[in-house]
Order: sequence, then structure tokens, then C-alpha cells
Amino acid sequence: MTGPSPAPQAAVETVGLRKTFGSLVAVDRLDLSIPRGQVFGLLGPNGSGKTTTIRMLCGLMQPTDGTARVVGLDVHTDAELIRTRIGYMSQRYGLYDDLTVGENLRFYATVYGLHGAERTQRLTEHLEELGFTERMGQMAGTLSGGWKQRLALACATAHRPEMLFLDEPTAGVDPAARRTFWQIIYRLAERGTTILVTTHYMDEAERCQRLAFLSRGHLIALGTPTEVTQQFGQANIEDVFIELQRRDEGVRA
Amino acid sequence: MTRMQRLRESRFWPMLWKEFIQMRRDRLTLVMVTVVPAVQLLLFGYAIQTDVRHQPMVVLDESRTVESRALTAAITNTGTFDYAGEVHSRREIQLAIRTGQARAALVIPPDYERLIKRGETARAQMIVDAADPSSSQAAMSGAQLAAASRAQAIIAERGRIRLPLEMTVRPWYNPAGRSAVFIVPGIVGVLLTVTMTIITSGAIVRERERGTLEQLIVTPIGKTSLMLGKLVPFVLVGYLQMTVVLVLAWAIFDVPLVGSIPLLYALASTFIAASLGVGLLVSTIARNQAQAMQMSFFFMLPNILLSGYMFPREAMPDVARWVGLVLPLTYFLKVLRGILLKGSGLAELWREVSALAIMATVLVSVSVRRFHKTIE
Ligand SMILES: Nc1ncnc2c1ncn2[C@@H]1O[C@H](COP(=O)(O)OP(=O)(O)O)[C@@H](O)[C@H]1O
Ligand SMILES: [Mg+2]
Repeated sequence: MTGPSPAPQAAVETVGLRKTFGSLVAVDRLDLSIPRGQVFGLLGPNGSGKTTTIRMLCGLMQPTDGTARVVGLDVHTDAELIRTRIGYMSQRYGLYDDLTVGENLRFYATVYGLHGAERTQRLTEHLEELGFTERMGQMAGTLSGGWKQRLALACATAHRPEMLFLDEPTAGVDPAARRTFWQIIYRLAERGTTILVTTHYMDEAERCQRLAFLSRGHLIALGTPTEVTQQFGQANIEDVFIELQRRDEGVRA
Repeated sequence: MTRMQRLRESRFWPMLWKEFIQMRRDRLTLVMVTVVPAVQLLLFGYAIQTDVRHQPMVVLDESRTVESRALTAAITNTGTFDYAGEVHSRREIQLAIRTGQARAALVIPPDYERLIKRGETARAQMIVDAADPSSSQAAMSGAQLAAASRAQAIIAERGRIRLPLEMTVRPWYNPAGRSAVFIVPGIVGVLLTVTMTIITSGAIVRERERGTLEQLIVTPIGKTSLMLGKLVPFVLVGYLQMTVVLVLAWAIFDVPLVGSIPLLYALASTFIAASLGVGLLVSTIARNQAQAMQMSFFFMLPNILLSGYMFPREAMPDVARWVGLVLPLTYFLKVLRGILLKGSGLAELWREVSALAIMATVLVSVSVRRFHKTIE
């Protein structure tokens, strides 16, 4: 991929993407290319700029500098169009606690433009697939962490987006629920959905096809899990992460 | 796609649907917008009714006779006024009322008994502190009533053809004589302004705080759909609230409903929309619910002071009057009082209604403009 034009199949393509908050540089000159259909992991310690990167890609924040294309569209000029084609699950899930499971799903599905019979069919399928059929009438606020996470994913994918952004989707969720969640992720990927996921869990990082490591807003490593571990001369991703965190704190001190 | 289809598939509908469900489940807010104004109105009414009993009254008795003392006794016997001491000059009356020692003063002229004995009409005067118009009206009629019963007693004693006693009542500090009936429609307006602004101002800010706004703005929902979907359910809340307060005002405080109620409801839509617009604007500025609350309260003060609810606008300095001109309540008070008390129609009120409609449009469109689908 050396040509000047971005690869047509790239789901995400950023060039010199930058975001500053006052004097703080949250994301610094990020060049990233994610081919379609890939499960891509964005890793890094707290405050390294993962959420900020995702927010710029989803059109939630204006980049200070640089360009970004998502599903082939410019985030600066085509934000609204991008929104119809992506799904986003924020760190805080964004569920309405005072709506039931069914109502949350129906709301997001309708806002994403599903109507009538198509919506009904899609929701039924969706609820069944995710095992929600019996919990339709339960208030979202009373769900456990794992179910909330799954409902949030259901809401973010009701419209079958081409590209899915997941910001720390499994934070605070028990291992069994995490495993189920990843099964769903893989199923989505098999259907051709591109997935950008940030995580803290190293076993999850190993499940990604490609990884990018962020440290203090900089991209410091990129490649398959094996490539990245080799690059840092460590035994596994977890060691890479600990090494990075050590360096990070070294710079700060 | 046809227009009809576009309308049907507008993202305004799911937003509206969601807001209605949430509102139905939010008991606290429902209580806040109905029970709280009702209680406030009742408390206010209670205050009116207690105030008119036992008003401290000083007496300037220049006659100092059996008849003059009988008049004083007749007035204090009604329970509306309590004897609060004797004064010896008009200056002392002024002092007593100004310091709050008395809320009324009875003035009996030197020739009082002489005139009664001669069979002519004697004149006494009651001065009532009308600075609090809610109580003064009842106090004034109480004084008239007491004088009338004393006059009857005199007729019974002396048997005569001519009216023996005439009581003139002078309200002080409020020559216009604004009554409770005048004040209660004002409360309706103030309560609507307060609650409409507060609940709307919290609406978007609450989604921001709960983290759902971030999720909502990555969806393809338009700004206008988002904001109108939030706004429209509150219009119904406004009507619900207005109904509760109006029914109470009518049933308990005898506020007359002279004019057309359907007209009032139709015209109130402009005021409700303008108040919601203020709340919406606040919600695009405030970063959290506490700030939204503070801003709404800050907006309350000029409404209460400058709209004409408390003080007549005619008596205000220019600057205060100009500020009053940008408050929706200023116009709505005219509509409320006009329709409820005077039976005014659209012919008299179209200026106020146009002003409200313009305000509503400007406020809502400025809010939509100010709102960005980003989280910065
Ligand atoms: N809205 C904001 N305003 C100011 N600073 C912010 C904002 N959002 C994030 N930051 C800062 O930017 C840096 C990166 O944050 P973030 O992208 O949330 O990191 P991560 O998701 O990797 O934990 C942090 O130092 C954070 O404090
Ligand atoms: Mg984060």
C-alpha cells in the first residue's frame, strides 16, 4: 500500500490525525489504515487517546488537524452520512435505564431508519440471537453488566453497520460474558463488519487480527499480535503492555 | 420518497415516543409539575386568607365620645382588625403603617358624634396598607362591612331615615387597588414559567450527564428532530399544569373565568413554546444539571419583578420596562388577565400573542443552531 490514493477497501484511513485540548495533545499525528472486515484492536494505557481517536472517527469530535476517512467518507464533510453506516458503543453504553430492553432496541433501530415489518423482523432476529427474548420487558437499568453490554451492542448494530466502533466494551464484565461477547464480535466480523475495539484486557488483544498501541497520543506499534510482541522483544502482549506503561510513567516522572 | 413518507419516517417520532415513555415513568417530575404548583397556589391562598384576619389597627379618635368608641369596638369585633393602640396625628399613622406596627388605621373626625346625634351622615375613614394587594382587598371590604353593621345598629337605636355613618376606605401604597383576583392569574403565569424552564433546561443536559447524548448524536438523528422530540411532550406538561392551577384558582380563590377558556388554551401554546425555548436555550449552554438549575433560577427573578406580576409596569423606570419587554411572562400576563378577568378576545390580545410566537420561534431556532452534534 504505497500508492498516494487510499486503498478503496480501507474502512478507516487517517492521515496526521491530531487532537489537542488546550495545551494537552490527546492524539498526535496518527496514521492508521484498517482494511474492511478486520477486527482491529486499539490498545494503550488510560489517557493514551483511544477514546478521543474513536470519537473523531465517529464525528463526535472535530479533529484539530489531519484527515480521516471512515467507510470511504470524510469525517469532516460527510459526518451525517457516515453516521448511517457505522455503529458505536461508547464506554458508558448509552442505554436509557428507564426504558426496557425492547424499548431501547426499538428506539435505536427507528432512529437508524428501520420501519415497519423490516424493523419488527430485524428486532426479533436480533433479540433472539442475543438471547434477549425473555428479557424484552426488563428495564435496562436493572440489567447486569454483561447484559447491558450485550444490549448496547444490539442497539449499536440494529441497522447492520459496515463498521463498528467499540470503546472498552468489556470493562467491568465477567469472563463468561466476555467470552460470549467475543463470539458475537466474530460472528459480525464473519459477515464482513469491520470492527475497531479498544480494550484493557490482554487476552482480548490477542484475539484481534491487528493491533495498534497508543502511548500519550502517539502510535508506537502496529501489526499482528505476534509482530507486536516480537517488535518489543517480549513474550506476550501483556508484557508489551507492562513495558509500555513503564516507559510511559518514566516519561511522566 | 413522498412528503408523507418522509414525515412518517422522520426521526422526530422515535424521539417523541421515547420522551413520552420516559416522562410517564418519571414520577418525580410529574409530581413536580402538577402537585408542587398546586401546593404553592394553595399556600399562597392560605396566606391570603389568614392575613385578612387580625390586622393590627391603630385608631386616631378625634371625637373621643361614646359613639366613636362604639365604632372602634364594632370594627374590632369582626375579627378582621385588632386594636393596636391609639395615635394622635396623621403622621403617627404613617409611621405605624410604615414600620409595620399597624396594617390599618381608623380615623374618626371630631364632629363624628355630633353629626350622628343631629341625624346627619357622619364620615369615618379607614386607611388600609395595600402594599400587599392579596390581603388588602379583603381588609377593605371587611372595614366596609363592619361600618355597615354599625350603621344598622345606630338606626336600630335611634330610628332614623338617613344613613348615619359612611366609611371611606383608602388603600395606601397601592392606589390601583390590585386584588387577589388580579394576583392569582399572575401566579399561574409565574408557576408555568418556573417549571417549564427548569424541566426543559434539564432535558438535554441530563442526557449529556448520563452518557446517552453521546450515543444519540452518533445516530443519524437530525438536530431539529432531536430537540423538537424533546420539547413537544413538555407542551402537554405545560397544559396539564395550567389546568391544575387554573381549576384551583377558579374553585378556591374565586378567580372569575370571564373570557373564553378555549381561546386561553389556544393562545397559551405560544407562551408555553416560548418558555420551553428558554429552557432549551439554557440546556445548550449549561454543562450539567446544577448549572441548568442555577440559570433557570436566575431567569426567574426578572420574571417575578419586571413582568408586571408583582409591580405595575407603568410605574417602572424605563430600563426595567425594557427588560420586561423581552420576558415571555410580560405578554402572557396580559393574555391571562385579559381573558380571565376582562373577557378580552384576540382583537385586544393579538400584539401579545404575536410577540410570544416570535419569541418562541427565535428561542427554539437559536437553540437548535447553538446545538452541535459533537460532545465538545
Ligand atoms: N473533552 C476533553 N477535554 C479535555 N481533555 C480531554 C477530553 N477528552 C479527553 N481528554 C484528555 O485527553 C487524553 C486522552 O483521553 P482519552 O482519549 O479518553 O484516553 P483513553 O480513552 O485512552 O483512556 C487524556 O489526557 C484526557 O484527559
Ligand atoms: Mg477511553
